[in-house]
Amino acid sequence: MRTINSKNPFGDSHQHHVLSVLVQNRPGVLARVSGLFARRGYNIFSLAVAPTDDADYSRITIVVDISATPLEQIVKQLFKLIDVVRITELDPRKSVERELMLATVRIDGEQRGQVVELANVFEAKVLAVGNDAMTLSMDGTPEKLDDFEELLKGYGIVESQRTGRVALPNLEREARKGALKGKAS
Amino acid sequence: MSNKETLTGAEALIRSLEMENVEIMFGLPGGCILPAYDPLLKSSIRHILVRHEQGAGHMAQGYAHVTGRPGVAMVTSGPAATNMVTPLCDAFMDSIPMVCITGQVSTTAIGTDAFQECDTVGITRSVTKHNELIMHPDDIPMVVRQAFHIATTGRPGPVLIDVPKDVLQNTMTWSWPTDEEVIASLPGYRPTTKGHPKMIKEAAKLILAAEKPLLYIGGGVLKARAADVVRELAELLQIPVVTTLMARGAFPDNHPLCLGMPGMHGNATAITAMQKSDLLINFGARFDDRVTGKVSTFAPDAKVIHVDIDPAEQGKVRKPDVPIVGDCRIVVEEILKSVQELLAEGTKQVNIDPWRSKVSGWREKFPVAYDQSEPGGRLKPQFCLEKLRDAAPEGTIVVSGVGQHQMWTSLFWKFNEPYTWVNSGGLGTMGFSVPAAIGAKAARPDRTVWAIDGDGCFQMTAQELVTASTEGIHIKVAILNNTYLGMVRQWQEMFYGERYSEVNLAGCPDFVKWAEAMGCVGIRVDSVEEIDGAIELANSINDRSVVIDFRVEEFEKVFPMVPAGASNDDVLLHPSQESQREFLR
Repeated sequence: MRTINSKNPFGDSHQHHVLSVLVQNRPGVLARVSGLFARRGYNIFSLAVAPTDDADYSRITIVVDISATPLEQIVKQLFKLIDVVRITELDPRKSVERELMLATVRIDGEQRGQVVELANVFEAKVLAVGNDAMTLSMDGTPEKLDDFEELLKGYGIVESQRTGRVALPNLEREARKGALKGKAS
Repeated sequence: MSNKETLTGAEALIRSLEMENVEIMFGLPGGCILPAYDPLLKSSIRHILVRHEQGAGHMAQGYAHVTGRPGVAMVTSGPAATNMVTPLCDAFMDSIPMVCITGQVSTTAIGTDAFQECDTVGITRSVTKHNELIMHPDDIPMVVRQAFHIATTGRPGPVLIDVPKDVLQNTMTWSWPTDEEVIASLPGYRPTTKGHPKMIKEAAKLILAAEKPLLYIGGGVLKARAADVVRELAELLQIPVVTTLMARGAFPDNHPLCLGMPGMHGNATAITAMQKSDLLINFGARFDDRVTGKVSTFAPDAKVIHVDIDPAEQGKVRKPDVPIVGDCRIVVEEILKSVQELLAEGTKQVNIDPWRSKVSGWREKFPVAYDQSEPGGRLKPQFCLEKLRDAAPEGTIVVSGVGQHQMWTSLFWKFNEPYTWVNSGGLGTMGFSVPAAIGAKAARPDRTVWAIDGDGCFQMTAQELVTASTEGIHIKVAILNNTYLGMVRQWQEMFYGERYSEVNLAGCPDFVKWAEAMGCVGIRVDSVEEIDGAIELANSINDRSVVIDFRVEEFEKVFPMVPAGASNDDVLLHPSQESQREFLR
């Protein structure tokens, strides 16, 4: 399912892009956004949404798979939604991205120590420990989460959940493409 | 108006519509919308009571088509709202301004599967430009103002307002928001109307430098009320014009520069001119698949100037060399000005005489053609249309359904005036004609309105003729009755080896009796001899609607035709012209 190459997540193919979409915080706005993606056959890779510091607005961070549709068309169609106020494309190389993962890992005996050690290396937290399983939490860049997840698989992941990424532009520079201010119509 | 005035939500809704200068609305009451129908009794708004909610929607569309003002429909919740989905989608596809009000179950009952409850905003989300569920009566004036603003600005479209019953019943303090407040309430909605000056200059230069320029004008020209400016530009530079199905009448058919309709059933000259052009000047058209045919072979040598108010249309199908986002009228005026400046500075237009003479040659060789019927043979639908056209008074509005009759009407009628052609272009809604014609006639009572319909279409919405009779909105209906779903039959004949599957409508009701039962005059025409008399009679009747049942040739086909997925280069000509195909190369 995951097609991002963890070593080079935004490699030559540029199949995924991160859109930060500022919307009016109103009922149904997420349905409008996700409905548009479904209706026009665009793929959402991950999606995170929460109100901003101004409760009138929410920010939706969408990682889009653009293998089938040019990003430009997605952005323009998205901007036609009346509730969408601003769309910014975030270049992963010029923005900070974070994602949270929870994972319950099967452990027996001496493996427990190995997993704890691994968690320390990755700065993950141990949330719960049972006889034969352990629940870990880790936040970090999506690539780092990929690597951690990959290593945990060796022990056997019982269940895991990732939040999808959230992102903001780097402080020192503006995001590469700046605000993709589509025009409403 | 006093700020302290207390109104019920229903009163506020009707007053808001009055404040938006609504004169006519189309609708049908029911449980949840009931409260709104009470203040309507003392309102200045004329309400047209329809027989089916879909009819109300298409009537609102017909009204909007011919006036440019938003059509308004009001119906109840649940099944009424779902019956409205087709007109909303139709209006969305053809960018028709429309405001639709639906009743909803009380806020306390929402989500409980209450009687006649449905998720109206959910269902209509993808077929409206915007929709809104009002949860408090205080919000009514603002939501109505937003709806009219959104429906009529930018790329026009339908907006739906869903109002729960208790919101209509509860009271609110009346206040009417200002323009500034409306705009401030929509921070994400700022349509671009002015074109980019650099792009406009670029467009003007390209236009003057083109050897084979072609104006490709679409519905946007009509929406922006830009027909006269487009004509000025075309005449100044003597550039030929093709008018898409949505733009018929935007440039007069009797103008020497008008090539008519391109596309799947366009005429050979319009289609070929697009293919051979070196510059397509697209004003308010969207490179619809019915126009382009196979996109990869569409107008292969043409550069493209694309003027559209919707930025998402730029590059959606064909990458423009000069994209200009803006209102067609404003942008074309600017282009015209820029062209005039360049000419004044001494820039010369490339000589396009060879191109024009080539186009004229095609026109002479490939007129829209059909075979006249044999003596004593069946009526030809095209012949009936020509007769109707020639007897129609000036300014007649023509409204069609969807199918063969629609294409024949577009091909054979002469539209010399904007806003005289109403049809369902994008969605292709069968049954559009009768209700849309009623809406058009309600808006333009001074005009003759002909609904050109097929027998299949007519049977979908004919009951609205009852509305026409009871409301005194007298239209004329010509059914080109071939007792078939004619267009589907044509495809089965041509592409399915004459294996006719479920297209024969033999067993149609007696349309004359049906018309009479609905309070209309019904006339049947079986032979060529009867045509003139029937049309004359129909045109002389102004106190009732008239239905003429033209019994036409069953196996007549629409030509030219670009088969689905084929290149425009491979247009199938009328059989009598196929031998001359070489001239189109």
